[in-house]
Amino acid sequence: MLQQANFLDDIIAAISTPLGSGGIGIVRMSGKGCIPLADTIFQGKKKLTEKSSHTLSYGKITDGPDGEVIDEVLVSVMKAPHTYTKEDIVEINCHGGFLVTQRVLQALLNAGARLAEPGEFTKRSFLNGRMDLTQAEAVIDLIHSKTELSRQAAVNQLEGRLKTEVRQMRQEIIDMIASIEAVIDYPDYDIEEETYDSMEQGAKKLLARMEKLLAGADRGKILREGLQTVIVGKPNVGKSSLLNWFLEEDRAIVTDIPGTTRDTVEEYINIDGIPVKIVDTAGIRETGDVVEKMGVEKSKAYAEQADLILMMLDASRPLEAEDREILSFIDGKHSIVMLNKSDLEQKLSLEELEQFVPKEQILFVSVKENTGFDALIDAIKTLFFSGQTATADDALLGNTRHKNALYQAKEAMEHCLVTISTRMPEDFISMDLQDASRALGEITGDVADEEIIDRIFTKFCLGK
Amino acid sequence: MYEAETIDIAVVGGGHAGCEAALAAARLGMETVLFAISLDSIAMMPCNPSIGGSSKGHLVREIDALGGEMGRNIDKTYIQTKMLNTGKGPAVYSLRAQADKTRYHEEMKHTLEKTPHLRIKQAEISEILMEDNKVTGVVTTSGAIYRCKAAVLCMGTYMKSRCLTGDCITESGPNNLMPATKLSQNLLDMGIRLFRFKTGTPARMNRNSLDFSKMQPQYGDSDIVPFSFENTPEGIAREQDLCWLTYTNEKTHQVIRDNLHRSPLFGGLIEGTGPRYCPSIEDKVVRFADKERHQLFVEPEGENTEEMYIQGMSSSLPEDVQIAMYRTIPGLENCEITRFAYAIEYDCIDATQLKLSLEFKDYHGLFSAGQFNGSSGYEEAAAQGLMGGINAVRYIQQKDPIILQRSDGYIGVLIDDLISKGSKEPYRMMTSRAEFRLLLRQDNADQRLTPMGHEIGLISDERYEALLEKERQTGEEIERVKVLTITPAKETLELLEQYGSTPIKSGVKLADLIKRPELDYEKLAPLDQERPELPAPVREQVNIQIKYEGYISQQLKQVEQFKKLENRLLPEDLDYETIQGLRLEARQKLNAIRPRSMGHASRITGVSPADISVLLIYMEQQKRNG
Repeated sequence: MLQQANFLDDIIAAISTPLGSGGIGIVRMSGKGCIPLADTIFQGKKKLTEKSSHTLSYGKITDGPDGEVIDEVLVSVMKAPHTYTKEDIVEINCHGGFLVTQRVLQALLNAGARLAEPGEFTKRSFLNGRMDLTQAEAVIDLIHSKTELSRQAAVNQLEGRLKTEVRQMRQEIIDMIASIEAVIDYPDYDIEEETYDSMEQGAKKLLARMEKLLAGADRGKILREGLQTVIVGKPNVGKSSLLNWFLEEDRAIVTDIPGTTRDTVEEYINIDGIPVKIVDTAGIRETGDVVEKMGVEKSKAYAEQADLILMMLDASRPLEAEDREILSFIDGKHSIVMLNKSDLEQKLSLEELEQFVPKEQILFVSVKENTGFDALIDAIKTLFFSGQTATADDALLGNTRHKNALYQAKEAMEHCLVTISTRMPEDFISMDLQDASRALGEITGDVADEEIIDRIFTKFCLGK
Repeated sequence: MYEAETIDIAVVGGGHAGCEAALAAARLGMETVLFAISLDSIAMMPCNPSIGGSSKGHLVREIDALGGEMGRNIDKTYIQTKMLNTGKGPAVYSLRAQADKTRYHEEMKHTLEKTPHLRIKQAEISEILMEDNKVTGVVTTSGAIYRCKAAVLCMGTYMKSRCLTGDCITESGPNNLMPATKLSQNLLDMGIRLFRFKTGTPARMNRNSLDFSKMQPQYGDSDIVPFSFENTPEGIAREQDLCWLTYTNEKTHQVIRDNLHRSPLFGGLIEGTGPRYCPSIEDKVVRFADKERHQLFVEPEGENTEEMYIQGMSSSLPEDVQIAMYRTIPGLENCEITRFAYAIEYDCIDATQLKLSLEFKDYHGLFSAGQFNGSSGYEEAAAQGLMGGINAVRYIQQKDPIILQRSDGYIGVLIDDLISKGSKEPYRMMTSRAEFRLLLRQDNADQRLTPMGHEIGLISDERYEALLEKERQTGEEIERVKVLTITPAKETLELLEQYGSTPIKSGVKLADLIKRPELDYEKLAPLDQERPELPAPVREQVNIQIKYEGYISQQLKQVEQFKKLENRLLPEDLDYETIQGLRLEARQKLNAIRPRSMGHASRITGVSPADISVLLIYMEQQKRNG
């Protein structure tokens, strides 16, 4: 069912700027109803539905209706038929870099959009009569080659844990369905019926596993896209030394992206398999060792969007107002506070510091003595990978499409739990479970109905 | 050979498919002849003596809603009836009735005989006459040529069939009837691909030799629901017969295990593919070795016979083993077997050679329906027969075929599955096959299909108007219940308490109370002073449509998505080999199946979403090239 819905005029969404190009990212949506859909996660002066065609609106995108703000954005609304696809189009210009753009996309998907297939905007453009006939073949090539690529990628991706895990979950779901369906199809037979309690337990366990996989998906995203890390702190506490330590030659992977200026050269640092991407390395470097000018405001702006905040404090000086201000805005975020100059006499009050950050996120380092950095690596791993070294498995759920499918499976399981708790008849539970198994089948490429029937007859002895 | 006569439609076979096909054709005004090897086997039930059951009951209701005969015929001849799964949701409620087999046959035969434009003839058809891949006639083994414009093949399990009991093999159709030996070769010569399938049936016993004190009685419902929407419960009420439940035991299993080597199934004598859902008792004992007992239902074959059917124990073991094994069972110790169990093998077609209209893709005017298409079950057969008959008429009238979609009914699911997937074993309908089953309920088959039946011409104006009235009343009552406020008065709270339902603190709409799992429309009647008097089917609709509103609208949305691709039709003569961008496997599959729509194409195994995209673009190109 999910697959079948994929082709015509439903709402599709995708990031339309190339990956890794930094700066502004554009999320594009096309299809009838995409403007009201955007409104559900857009906060601006006016509703987008009230705007006229081909206008730009300033506002905020939230993580679902009434959710937290993800980014400040500019949204362009273009109404059919004078658009690229000849359908209504909404484009969201995000400013927060790739991770934020991804979150905006995810918010749209959660609100009911579907991730576009490779080349699908162009395909629609053609199907709706906008493109020239001669371009049709190019579109076919595009669909074909990109699908082939993603298929190969998918094959690689599916090796290993994800495949096994999703298959296992699906099998368990199909088992539950078969137990319900066997009773329905053979009402006269004395088949032991599953109780609501046992089904509830089963569904809860499955839901927890899906949630865990989805959490792993976020880790996987970090692995693929880098852990956006910002180093904050007052001038002269040793930020650039930390950066330099990070950039030791065997750690740094410097990628030159053609056509970009030196400012946006991205640098990844490999920490036990975790690619760490330091934000504004150029900014830190330029201001140099002499005076570090990165002020509180700028730190704040970067910290908003970072996955990880590394804060440097001078242990040899007491906390000052500026420190407290920075500490207060990193509260609740993934952060590690490093007390530099721990080789000198300590004047900073740990007690006060612990009011802002948990003890285990405070480290003593000495840039000068080059000590304490192993603890930093461990702390990062603890924060993001529960202490384990990152493995390729975490990247498995990299594909947004897979994540989307898993998300749908999770929603079906949640719905299933509601169905169970309201004591709806078992066949309704089975319908929710079938939705979940179909969604998981999208990831593994399996179709369920014959499997369910197979399962009924291998599990139970039935028939005339 | 001699020229017998010229007719419109020839129906080959007089089983459940053939009867529906012939009746539909004749009722739509076509000169129709139904040929059967024996007229005494018209609408014969060679296996279980019942009609309906889980999902099969849905099929019968749908057949009736479209103007078919099966529902009416079982209502005339049932001896026990039961609504199954009433403890579950409304989607899986299913009607099942025990039939008086002889009367079922007699009534159906009589109906055929009385129908204008329809004649029945005892003859075996040995050849289909074709000109330019178009049906022009059928020939009987005695050399009579019947010229016709269309033919519907409904040969069931008679094609080159043979029955097996131990090492005793008889070249016969079911129930020792003559098999059809010639037509298979004729079809093969035409280039039609055939499969070999297998099924089986248990023994029949004389009621007087059984000890029912050792079995548990199985009663029918006291409040009965007719199969046909034309009938009322009062109109068909009659005294019901009993069925009985007993069990196999360790002794039974020992007898079977000791004699497995004498089973043709395990000895390799049987070539055909047997169905998973119809395992013989040998199968059950081997595959579920740790199961201590298996259920058996002892069911009457009719009112004017002492024969009983032993459901749950089909077998192809030799006769002496059968006697020994049946006699280990409580109540069957002295059983007198009247007919031994047997397995049957037969030729059937690979149904992927058919269109969704049930016409052969390569032969105009040649239709095929029923067990011969690789299905199993009387109900599955009848459903196909009805559609095959209707579409044969429409072929002659040069009208578009009637295709039920998967979202229209179980009939749509059945035919779509058969034609797209090509069954490797006899196909049985199951509720889990229907993805939109909450919409495809047995209670609303009339609302789903009777307008179509009316348009086709099989439903009278009178019946159609009765349906419109039912829908009007349902709609009005739903509106009323949605706006009616129930206050937390004393009697309200008492009633809620009576059903263990949370008390209300302020006024609540009646519809919202109906939605509570522990309540329903009927239970809340005492609080609803102004409730109009409505017929039971209307009250049932109101209750279901309100109670499951959320789930129903969810499925309606899914159907809307589903239909977008279903409604994009593909030309029949499209050569997929020439479409650039399709993967090789997809080209081959698409060329073999030649799907009717994009949606149909997307369900074919081996066709990927990318292939569908390519197809969509190709079709758009074609359209613009005009």
